Parts: sequence; structure tokens; C-alpha cells
Amino acid sequence: MSEPLLEVARITCRFAGLVAVDDLSFVVAPGSVHALIGPNGAGKTTLFNLISGLQRPNQGSIRFRDRDITALRPYARVALGLGRTFQNLRLFGEMTVLENVLAGRHVRLGVSWPATVLRLGAARSEEWAAIERARELLRFVKLEDQQEQLASSLAYGDQRRLEIARALATDPKLLLLDEPAAGMNPTETAALAALLQSLRGGGLTILLIEHDMNFVMGLCDRLTVLNFGRKIAEGTPSEIRVHPAVIEAYLGGSYRAQAQAEGAA
Amino acid sequence: MPPWLDDFLYAYGSFIYGLGVNAILGLSMYAVLALGQLSLGQAAFMGIGAYTSAVLTVRFGVPFPLVLCAAMTTPMVAAALIGVPTLRLTGVYLAMATIGFGEVMRILYINTDYIGGALGFSGIPQKAQGWIIYGLLAVILLGFISATRSKLGRAFEAIREDEDAARAIGIHVAAYKFTTLLISAALAGLAGALNAHFSSFIGPNEYGFDTAVTILSFAILGGVTTPLGPVLGAFVLSALPELLRPLHDFRLVFNGLIIVLVVIFLPRGILGFRVRRVG
Repeated sequence: MSEPLLEVARITCRFAGLVAVDDLSFVVAPGSVHALIGPNGAGKTTLFNLISGLQRPNQGSIRFRDRDITALRPYARVALGLGRTFQNLRLFGEMTVLENVLAGRHVRLGVSWPATVLRLGAARSEEWAAIERARELLRFVKLEDQQEQLASSLAYGDQRRLEIARALATDPKLLLLDEPAAGMNPTETAALAALLQSLRGGGLTILLIEHDMNFVMGLCDRLTVLNFGRKIAEGTPSEIRVHPAVIEAYLGGSYRAQAQAEGAA
Repeated sequence: MPPWLDDFLYAYGSFIYGLGVNAILGLSMYAVLALGQLSLGQAAFMGIGAYTSAVLTVRFGVPFPLVLCAAMTTPMVAAALIGVPTLRLTGVYLAMATIGFGEVMRILYINTDYIGGALGFSGIPQKAQGWIIYGLLAVILLGFISATRSKLGRAFEAIREDEDAARAIGIHVAAYKFTTLLISAALAGLAGALNAHFSSFIGPNEYGFDTAVTILSFAILGGVTTPLGPVLGAFVLSALPELLRPLHDFRLVFNGLIIVLVVIFLPRGILGFRVRRVG
């Protein structure tokens, strides 16, 4: 196996006595789609916050692209190629769709602020290139016709895709998606799956949290299963589907019956 | 200069200069509010600029352009000292720290004989001419408009709406907050220096909590979705007392009433339109 893109090593995060993430280690291979599953409160979103730097771990380390990023600030991690979305949409509602994606481009815009305010040639051409790139991404997520609308006015599924486009605008090497299919109808979910497949086809590595099992099982190469902040299982979708601890903790009785029936058949 | 204009400026000169200075103060408020930060230290920063400029002009005879530069630098140093410990905290901590800071400065002025103590500092030459004040106002306003319509404006708005989301897309939130606080302090200091150099007198009580709230109300009245808002707010709120002179002591009641009505009916201010943050 090639060098992991992301390596989480023995990480622990506590909140006032509650252990949200407990001595957790796992790796994400480059080019893979890796899913984190587990019951509510298993520590999945906390883990995302630790990886993206919004939260600091009490112990352990995180390596990304062969660098220790445990002490890096969030913006520096984004600059290294870590993009993310949020479980509860966190768009900038009073900005347009295009401006949201352009805001995501911020980290790749290097012209100094005096040059920007004075609108020197370099700043203007950088802005034009950013607009081109943003429009390209909006075409990719099929929002090009809504680019001048306020982000808050979009339909729910469109807002989810906009948040992905905004994260993609940062040019990530690893994209963290926190429940991207939550609240989507089946048509929207299918469109999202196709979108993520084409991102994977383009070489992007994806780490996602998701509750929709059909969605996850059809998409990912590997799963890590969390419960009470600990890793209880890891493997390919077919391994996880029949893993006893996983079935007990998460998938539940009806799924076990189904798995047994499939095993018997 | 035609004679009628000369007469007009003689009668209303300091009023018109005051409008321009207050507009700069409104923009200094905009610099922090555009990122959702509440600083009530603008009056204190203004005071530092005013006293710095008065001392340099009167005691040391420093040329006016250098005086203005120094009057912008000293409040920036003060803002840096306040900003480092408070900017990491969210919520009202910056507001509380800056209120406290204003009080500290006021007591300091009152007890420092070198700068006139409680009697204030008088005899400052009138070097701030109309073209200087309005020229600087125009440059600052254009700078803010340009910034708002660029990646900087998008970063400001992103931080104002959702700090964590701004961090997660790679905006260095702390650096933006710190830089804009310094710029805001520099502009307040500049306004203080200009004010000192046309009113020729400054006193320790001019830069207290009342003034801080007045500066905030410029921005609330005009709105902070565009830099034009605080400028218009400053013009309206500074002109009203003159226009409402017949109401005598009830003038300030009218000021307060307008702000209450704006907050209730126009929460984004009278110029609360959206600006395009692309370009």
C-alpha cells in the first residue's frame, strides 16, 4: 500500500470529562473514498473538527501529506489541501452563490491586500481567474444558473452541493464531507453519489461521515466504524456488512437478519 | 474664493469640517463592524490621536503631515496591545475591554499636567483645512469601497456571518480581525488629530463613553453592508443637532429616537443594500 494521505495516530479529545474521541488511530489512503460511520454521538464530527483544526486534541497527532499538522491553524491546513463541509450547512447566506465559491477560493489568492485595494493588474487578473474557476465548479455541481442568487435562497439539496463547490474551490487533496446526503431526497442522493464518483475519478481523496448505508456502501472503499469515540471495526464494505460488533452497535437487528439471510442464500 | 463662500465657511466652517471628521470616524467603526466585531474604543483611539497630534504640533513643532502619521501610529500600538489578548475571544470581550480602555485613557489625560490635565489642551493651530479633511475622507472611502468589492470584502463578510466556516475555507480569521482593528484605530486617531487641528482645543472628556456610542450610532444608522452607510450615518447624525436647534434640549432625544426607529424598522441601516463582492 502506498503512503497514507492522512494518518490519525492515537488521538484523544475530551470535553469537560466526556471523552468524545478516545485513543483513535486510522489512515486514509490516497485516491480512496473512506467512510466514518457510527451511531449519533460516536465522535465523528469531533474527529472532523480535530482533523480540520477547529478543535485541538488532548493527545495524539495528525499527519497529512507527510507533515505533522497537529499544531497547525485551520487556514494553514486548508492551504495544505484539507477541505471540508459541515453537517449543518454553514454557507454564507447573505452572499451570492458565486461569492460563496469565490470565498472558498480565498486561500489560493495570493496578491497582497494593498495591491487588491489599489486594483493593480495582478489583483485584477487573479480575480478574473478566480471567477473563471468558480464558474467551472458551479457548472460541475450544476448550479451555474443560480450563481447570482443569494445562497440562503437555494433549495436544500442545492445548498449542500454549493457547500461542496465552496470546499472544492480551496483545491483540496482530501475532502472531508460531514453527512453530505443528510436531508436529501433519493434523486438528490443519486446525483450526489454520481458527483462524488466523478471527484474520485479525478483523483480526489474523500473522507465522509454518512448515515445513509446504501449510499455509503455503494461509494466507499473502506469504512472505519466508531462507537463512544473508539474504533470498533475497520474494513471494506463487504467486511463491515457482516462484522458482528458493527451489526450490534450500529446497523441493528433488522440488518443482522438481512445479513444472515444474504449469508444463507 | 468668492465672498459668499468665505462668509459661509466663516459661519459654518467648523460644522462642515466636523461632518468630514465624523464620517472618518464612521468608517473607522465600519472597519471592525464589517467583520462582526464590536469595539467601543473608537473614542479612546480618537483621543490618543488627538493628544499625540496636539503635543507634536504645539510642543515640538513637527510638520503637519508627520503629525498625522504619528496620530495614526500611536492608537495602532494601543489597539495591538488590547487586541492580542481579546481577539481570540468571541462575543462581547472586545467591547468590554475597549470600554475599560477608554476610561483608563480619560483618567490618564485628567491627571497628566503636561497635556493640560482636566482643563484640556488649548492653543492648537488650525492646520486641518477642508480640502485635507475631505481629501482624506475620499481616499479612505474609496479604499473601503474597493476592499469591500474584492476578496477582502468576501473575507470580512464570511467572518461576520460564520467564523468557523470562514476558518474551514482557509481564511486567517485572527489576522483579519487584528489588522482591521489596527486600521480602525489608525483612522480614529487620524480623525482625532484632524478634529484637534480645527477646533484648536481638546479636553479629556471629549473621548469618553458618550463619544464611543455616538460613533457606533453613525454605523448603526447608516448600516454596515456598504462603507457608504457609516458616512451617511455620520452626516445625518452630525447635521441633525444643527438642523434641530429650535428644539433646544430635546435635540438629543430626537437623535436617540431616530436610532431606536432605525434599529426596529431598518435593522441593516438606512443604506442597507447589498454590495457585489466580486471584481
